[in-house]
Amino acid sequence: MSFPLLTVTAALPAVGAVLTAAVPAARRTAAKWLALLFSLATLALAVLVAVRFEPGGARYQLTESRAWIADFGVRYELGVDGIGVALIALTALLIPFIILAGWHDADPLENKSQRWRPTQGFFALILMVEAMVIISFEATDVFLFYIFFEAMLIPMYFLIGGFGDRATSSRSAAAAAGGTDENAAAQRSYAAVKFLLYNLVGGLIMLAAVIGLYVVAGNFSLQEITAARAAGTLDMATNTERLLFLGFFFAFAVKAPLWPLHTWLPNAMGEATAPVAVLITAVVDKVGTFAMLRFCLGLFPDASKWATPAILVLALISIVYGALVAVGQRDIKRLVAYASISHFGFIIMGIFAMTSQGQSGATLYMVNHGISTAALMLVAGFLISRRGSRLIADYGGVQKVAPVLAGTFLIGGLATLSLPGLAPFVSEFLVLVGTFARYPVIGIIATIGIVLAALYTLVLYQRTMTGPVKEEVRTMQDLRLREVLVVAPLIVLLIGLGVYPKPLTQIINPAVEHTLSDVHEKDPKPQVAVEAKNGEAAK
Amino acid sequence: MENLIGLLIAAPLLGAVVLLLGGRRLDKAGHWLGTLFAAASFGIGVVLFADLLGRGAEDRTLYEKLYTWIPVEGFQADVAFQLDQLSMTFVLLITGVGTLIHIYSIGYMEHDERRRRFFGYLNLFLAAMLLLVLADNYLLLYVGWEGVGLASYLLIGFWQHKPSAATAAKKAFLVNRVGDMGLSIAIMLLFTTFGTFAFGPVFASVGNATEGKLTAIALMLLLAACGKSAQVPLQSWLGDAMEGPTPVSALIHAATMVTAGVYLIVRSAAVFNGAPDAQLVVTIVGAVTLIFGAIVGCAKDDIKKALAGSTMSQIGYMILAAGLGPVGYVFAIMHLVTHGFFKAGLFLGAGSVMHGMNDEVDMRKYGALRKFMPVTFVTFGLGYLAIIGFPGLSGFFSKDMIIEAAFAKGGTQGWILGGVALLGAGITAFYMTRVMLLTFFGEKRWQPDAAGHEPHPHESPKSMTIPMVILAFGSVFAGAFFEIGERFLKWLEPVTGYEHGNSPVSAMTVTASTMVVLVVGVGIAWSMYGRRPVPVVAPRGSLLTRAARRDLLQDDFNHVVLVRGGEHLTRSLVYVDHSLVDGAVNGTAAAVGGASGRLRKLQNGYARSYAVSMFGGTAILIAATLLMRAV
Repeated sequence: MSFPLLTVTAALPAVGAVLTAAVPAARRTAAKWLALLFSLATLALAVLVAVRFEPGGARYQLTESRAWIADFGVRYELGVDGIGVALIALTALLIPFIILAGWHDADPLENKSQRWRPTQGFFALILMVEAMVIISFEATDVFLFYIFFEAMLIPMYFLIGGFGDRATSSRSAAAAAGGTDENAAAQRSYAAVKFLLYNLVGGLIMLAAVIGLYVVAGNFSLQEITAARAAGTLDMATNTERLLFLGFFFAFAVKAPLWPLHTWLPNAMGEATAPVAVLITAVVDKVGTFAMLRFCLGLFPDASKWATPAILVLALISIVYGALVAVGQRDIKRLVAYASISHFGFIIMGIFAMTSQGQSGATLYMVNHGISTAALMLVAGFLISRRGSRLIADYGGVQKVAPVLAGTFLIGGLATLSLPGLAPFVSEFLVLVGTFARYPVIGIIATIGIVLAALYTLVLYQRTMTGPVKEEVRTMQDLRLREVLVVAPLIVLLIGLGVYPKPLTQIINPAVEHTLSDVHEKDPKPQVAVEAKNGEAAK
Repeated sequence: MENLIGLLIAAPLLGAVVLLLGGRRLDKAGHWLGTLFAAASFGIGVVLFADLLGRGAEDRTLYEKLYTWIPVEGFQADVAFQLDQLSMTFVLLITGVGTLIHIYSIGYMEHDERRRRFFGYLNLFLAAMLLLVLADNYLLLYVGWEGVGLASYLLIGFWQHKPSAATAAKKAFLVNRVGDMGLSIAIMLLFTTFGTFAFGPVFASVGNATEGKLTAIALMLLLAACGKSAQVPLQSWLGDAMEGPTPVSALIHAATMVTAGVYLIVRSAAVFNGAPDAQLVVTIVGAVTLIFGAIVGCAKDDIKKALAGSTMSQIGYMILAAGLGPVGYVFAIMHLVTHGFFKAGLFLGAGSVMHGMNDEVDMRKYGALRKFMPVTFVTFGLGYLAIIGFPGLSGFFSKDMIIEAAFAKGGTQGWILGGVALLGAGITAFYMTRVMLLTFFGEKRWQPDAAGHEPHPHESPKSMTIPMVILAFGSVFAGAFFEIGERFLKWLEPVTGYEHGNSPVSAMTVTASTMVVLVVGVGIAWSMYGRRPVPVVAPRGSLLTRAARRDLLQDDFNHVVLVRGGEHLTRSLVYVDHSLVDGAVNGTAAAVGGASGRLRKLQNGYARSYAVSMFGGTAILIAATLLMRAV
């Protein structure tokens, strides 16, 4: 048996979490450095995974397989395809920035009457989430996946409920110092519980479907069931397949989140600290869309096609509705949350368009959305921490006093609106063109998202960054070195992957080909013959 | 030679990167560096131009493929450039006029503490525009297209601390995004129809596609062109864009941005030729905008906004010509080039006037400036003569050709389009004469500004006047140079094709009619603003005048329908999201989970118990699974 690279990649942050949590209370800074070190080491392993992965090779690579609960067919089976590699890389990439951005988010408050929030716990929980997310991307045993899909809710719950944003979202709360902490704590608690309940309900329904799948298939192996389904040796009654599909899809649609199951996200992202909000939307939610692509399509190809029209309509509603509601937000972080809902609509639309452009675009979209949202949200967090308010109306003229902050915020915003030249454009256009090829009307309506994204982004930028300098903003500091170190690499990536996305597309494309063959779909052919090649003049 | 094409774009792009990342160290040299990068690009353009001239007319297309950009199965997008006569014409205009505007800005922006950044944005603008005209496929063109949008956003909003500038910048970007929807859909249609969106294969295969497809593609391209070129109904951003520093207005209006739509249509000639219905729509859009812009130009007292109306109108001429097909493509581009000279000159002249008048823009507070700014007066005057089509000057040749081509469309359509183009020439003569008289003639009407400073009009520094002189030179001679021996026609014909239209009226008649409307237009303006003293406060005016001052109520319409309507929509959606969707899902969840009271209890802080119960639940379910297996 060769070196278990995938296990080690997932286990390393978990070990880091335990060690970080064990650092004595007084050595807070040491704990932070330890967490950062482990996240960087995990990144190195993720790079190694990407290097060892051969795009043209077998569908699942670096596989590991051990008996686990032999009695009822649960195996410890890991393996990655190109989609998994890309998302593991994204996760491992973002965690160091999340840790660095949240460096002071869990420091003890000077006010002694506050409950002290253990710094060690904050960073340990982030690493714990990383470990569970990575193993979810690796698991090829349905039960194994389910366990970690559910278990990651627990550290997330404590991150949201225990380490809320110190900035407030209501004007009166910002003014009065006294009774507001309780109010904020109640809101935070509400957001954390809502997050937990929504995802638990989804998870329980999925669990029923997981068991149902076992009853039908007799094992939990994704590879075996997919192969049997594709070869036609495993028959499922139409209704059984549809019910099982819905059970899986519901859980993923809560996590992704898809309209109308999205309302937990704005609460959670609003109340959590900015780095945790990034963790939710850029990392954890991606497990939902990833699982649609891997489990829903592979296990239930016919039911997936059956449900496609309804899902596309829901995705389209998410795109337009999320963007419109984002325009109406007064809270910076809730605005970004609704923008993410719109973007998840694009991802889900791309997956269910069932074309290689749509699915490659959707996978690329998961990566690019992670980077762009991280850039925008983390800068927004830096901004909010300076003024102690999440309200858009409390800002104005920031670019005059903090030009670097404003400039990076603008670039994050431009990435969010998918400006050509930046990475998100590539994925958004692929999703649109992939959808249009099969469903022209839906593709055309989705382009409204292009205009609306510009609207909410530029309105946000205008109201916070331009205009006369507000009195409270006058003394605002520009970005510090630590903050520049967080944002600059993300911006470089956004430009680099916008100009040259090939390193990602070449590992994603073969995986998508397999997924398409799972559902027996081929790309639509061009309607007319073409008479010249690129680079030849037309006469 | 091919390798130079990438360098054309790389030079100003590098300039933008250096200037924007260079920090304060470069504050002293930034403007010189920026100008140098622009000039370098122009130099490379000239070398390539010389190379093209040395080749046979059929052999003047160069390709350079850098790399494969987005490869996903059938969808193959390259970063590849194509330089032919059409692109070359634009390259020289963009870099040539662009460099002059850089030089002018050295003086104009001298006292602005953010001058370095201004030059960075100018360089970015050039790079994006060059990418737009050099791309060999629609998707790469889209990158340049949006790059221009971004650069214009940054430049129009350059004085961001002014709320009006920030709003204008946002508006320009948003309106352009509506056009971008069109470009996106056009590319998607091209892909599903042809399986490619590269120029060569698409244009070679248009014959295989149905007319319906081509019409749909052409109309979507037109929507895109309307956004960038400020054509009705997406024209509303152009007037507000005057919030940017004046060199920006010159750049946007003359050499870049608004010409992009004309380029897109002429570049896609093969598609439009196969879609006569779409061509008719193009001519209608051009004709409507031509009159629309001219009327707005008549009513504005702000010198830059009057010129903005004029730009809209002149681009209308180009779009009209482009809609005429092979009869008009060459003249659309010829007018675009001559317009590039005289409109850039007029804007720089307007900037020079403002520079000497404490940034006053109200022409009613000018007057008699010819004595104080002789160079500005002469160069602006030559630009004026060129735009109204004074015989022998640039505008005379290019506009005359378009009017003639419009008549040649034939039938009732030809008479209507030709008549509108002719009428537009008369209105142009009127509003430009008005600008000229209000600014340079009559009594001086200056007043101290709000801070009590009396204006001391003076001529601008050399760095500003020299570009104006060069542009005036072009305004005078470019048209004749192009027309003698049909040089321009022969140069461009291999790319765009050319047919000589059969006009029901002779060329002589067209020219004579143009002269008549010109004299009438100038005469009316003279009788209104030359013979009588001009009131400093604008009279109330007729209904049309008042509507025209408000851009023919376009903004009022947008405000009521889009802004107000949109606000109501988003507000109600926020309410719906909070109360209905959230409530419904919560309610369902509570019902599924049991009593809603328990949910409330959980929300009150007993949630951690739920986490525990989840594990309990999982354990029970695993046990159940085991049991099931046993059975």
